[in-house]
Amino acid sequence: MSAPRAIPAPPPPGRRASPAGLSTEQLVINMGPQHPSTHGVLRLVLTLEGEVITDLEPDIGYLHRGMEKLAENRTYAQYLPYTDRLDYLASLNCNLGYCLAVERLAGIEVPERAQYIRVLLAELNRIASHLIWLATFGNDLGATTVFLYGMRERELMVDLFELALGARLTYAGMRIGGMPYDLPEGFEQATREAIRQMRPRLDENDRLLTGNRIFQSRTRGVGALSRADAIAYAVSGPTLRGSGLAMDIRGHDPYCIYERLDFEVPVFDEGDCFARYLVRIEEMRQSLRMVEQCLDRMPAGPVRAKLPRAFKPPAGEAYSRTEAPRGDLGVFVVSDGSANPCRVRVRAPSFANLQALGVMTRGSKIGDLVAILGSIDIVLGEIDR
Amino acid sequence: MPDASTPSPLYLTLHGLWQRTGLPEGWWLVLWAVVVAAVILAFVLLTVLILIWLERKVSGDIQSRLGPARVGGRFGVLQTAADALKLLLKEDLIPACADKPLFVIAPAIVFVPAFLVYVVVPFGPRLVAQDLDLGVLYVVAVSALPALGFLMAGWGSNNKYAVIGGMRAVAQLMTYEIPLGLAVLAVVMAVGSLSTVAIVEHQRLWHIASPPLALAFIIYFVCALAEVNRVPFDLPEAEAELVAGYHVEYSGMRWAIFFMGEYAYLFFVSAFAVTLFLGGWHGPFLPPVLWFLIKTYAVILVIMWVRWTYPRLRIDQIMRFGWKVLVPLALLNLVWAAFWFVR
Repeated sequence: MSAPRAIPAPPPPGRRASPAGLSTEQLVINMGPQHPSTHGVLRLVLTLEGEVITDLEPDIGYLHRGMEKLAENRTYAQYLPYTDRLDYLASLNCNLGYCLAVERLAGIEVPERAQYIRVLLAELNRIASHLIWLATFGNDLGATTVFLYGMRERELMVDLFELALGARLTYAGMRIGGMPYDLPEGFEQATREAIRQMRPRLDENDRLLTGNRIFQSRTRGVGALSRADAIAYAVSGPTLRGSGLAMDIRGHDPYCIYERLDFEVPVFDEGDCFARYLVRIEEMRQSLRMVEQCLDRMPAGPVRAKLPRAFKPPAGEAYSRTEAPRGDLGVFVVSDGSANPCRVRVRAPSFANLQALGVMTRGSKIGDLVAILGSIDIVLGEIDR
Repeated sequence: MPDASTPSPLYLTLHGLWQRTGLPEGWWLVLWAVVVAAVILAFVLLTVLILIWLERKVSGDIQSRLGPARVGGRFGVLQTAADALKLLLKEDLIPACADKPLFVIAPAIVFVPAFLVYVVVPFGPRLVAQDLDLGVLYVVAVSALPALGFLMAGWGSNNKYAVIGGMRAVAQLMTYEIPLGLAVLAVVMAVGSLSTVAIVEHQRLWHIASPPLALAFIIYFVCALAEVNRVPFDLPEAEAELVAGYHVEYSGMRWAIFFMGEYAYLFFVSAFAVTLFLGGWHGPFLPPVLWFLIKTYAVILVIMWVRWTYPRLRIDQIMRFGWKVLVPLALLNLVWAAFWFVR
């Protein structure tokens, strides 16, 4: 966790005379925590020179629930639903990261079918999460219709989750050692049908936005993040790949069955909002491909490893790295040999990505800030934890 | 067609009745002005109700949802009326630190000009409240007033978002007022009159059919979008950036008056586009008034379509586009029109 930081003092009352002899003053605005474009309860302290941002200080903590402390008083299995509330738009990816860490800690072998199901659901969840991003990003830029289209498309994914896991947002969809139960009857057909409907709809959204002059003028060259800065700030996920670094943990440090899947990692060099947009749009297509491959190759068999009733992993520590929709999700679990984890520390991708906001927004306008914040796609649930 | 300058039979009948009562002629003029104002006001309010409903239905259709579907039958016809009732009953809130006189008067300064411009709208032959000789100039002058109201609202609210919104509104309206005026001037050049009635009567063939005026129409249309603060030019109230811009502190009926002003002005800019470029009330078979309304609503639908399709521009892009593209283009167009219409 970051060290406690004092609320920034307002800039000195610098009354300056403009060339015309008028005295001007900088304006400090508290954008958020209640604001339509801060994507949750993020507060941004902006210092404005007219419309231009001269200083920006993100202030977080409005959604702090003490997730790390909570873990100390829960068993390993009981903590799983809490991970849903990290990145609540991609709960299954958070479940997966946590389960992998605990399984590594306890040395559990997960059945192959369960691994396929996990990857399949995680990729579907990535699409759902990216669709929410598309919706809100459009809304940030004033394209209200894109918001509803994104939500409409996401419904296809959410229906699949409801079918498979019985919930639509926070699924608690995995268990340590595998899946809670096998996929229901008819899930495969439903998924194939959803993919069939999804492809043209992605193209439709593509046509609506990508070539649009106004959309391009709002995103191209806006919020550029250089490759060096991206690395320095430990940015990950689509935000990193939009800055020209082909770094995807699914490819570089494969977990589950990703090394058996055939997919491409979209990378764009510009580092601006448009590049990040293109990365995510392409990622959705790649995820659809991965889901199809999972369906084709999924073996039969059990979906859950046998665990002792009193699950007590041996003392030690384990770290898992997974590629969540927002980037590199790290989960570090320490066991002291008891039924409760000694510590569960989460390295949230949004947290690191948000740090780069200052570099990206330097000298830009208020309208740009909204576009940039939308393009790095933060979720306050995993930033504040 | 009857000469538009002769009074309508209805007017003559009523005037005749008045003269029989023997009351002074001056009173008649005052009374007639009040009656006309009331009729226009009723028309404007009714139009606003229809437009808000239409906007909801159109946006619903574009966004693949239903829009209002319960109040007043399957099509939610009474939704706006229900909303208006709700707004009327809301508490009248004035922020403690607001500049009260400015805050209170600002909605009126926005709405009244939007109502005043209807005076010269020629709905049909002889169906115009007052056929001013300087009609077009009057419109351009009056429609510059709301900028003042926006600034007063923004400043008076004592809210930083509102101030930025107010400043944006003034900057934007000032910028687009100029190319709009120049585009309209091209039409005036073609007709040789500033009277709106004369402009319509001049259009045996729609003005848009002549190349310089077609360009003028495009310039006018873009400026009109900016004048009514609609996407892609809705910067003054950009929800994603400024929450609600200049009217962020307004609620209840005061807010509703801003809203009404916006829609009244939306109808007006469309009606004015029809008057200047699309042949006004001219059209075959149907009565002239109907033609006028059909054309106006067609323009409105296009504006709504644009709103629900495009993202919004950034303030500096809007200013750059206004000053560096539209103003020179409108000036060149004016020169072109001058040579084109030289007789």
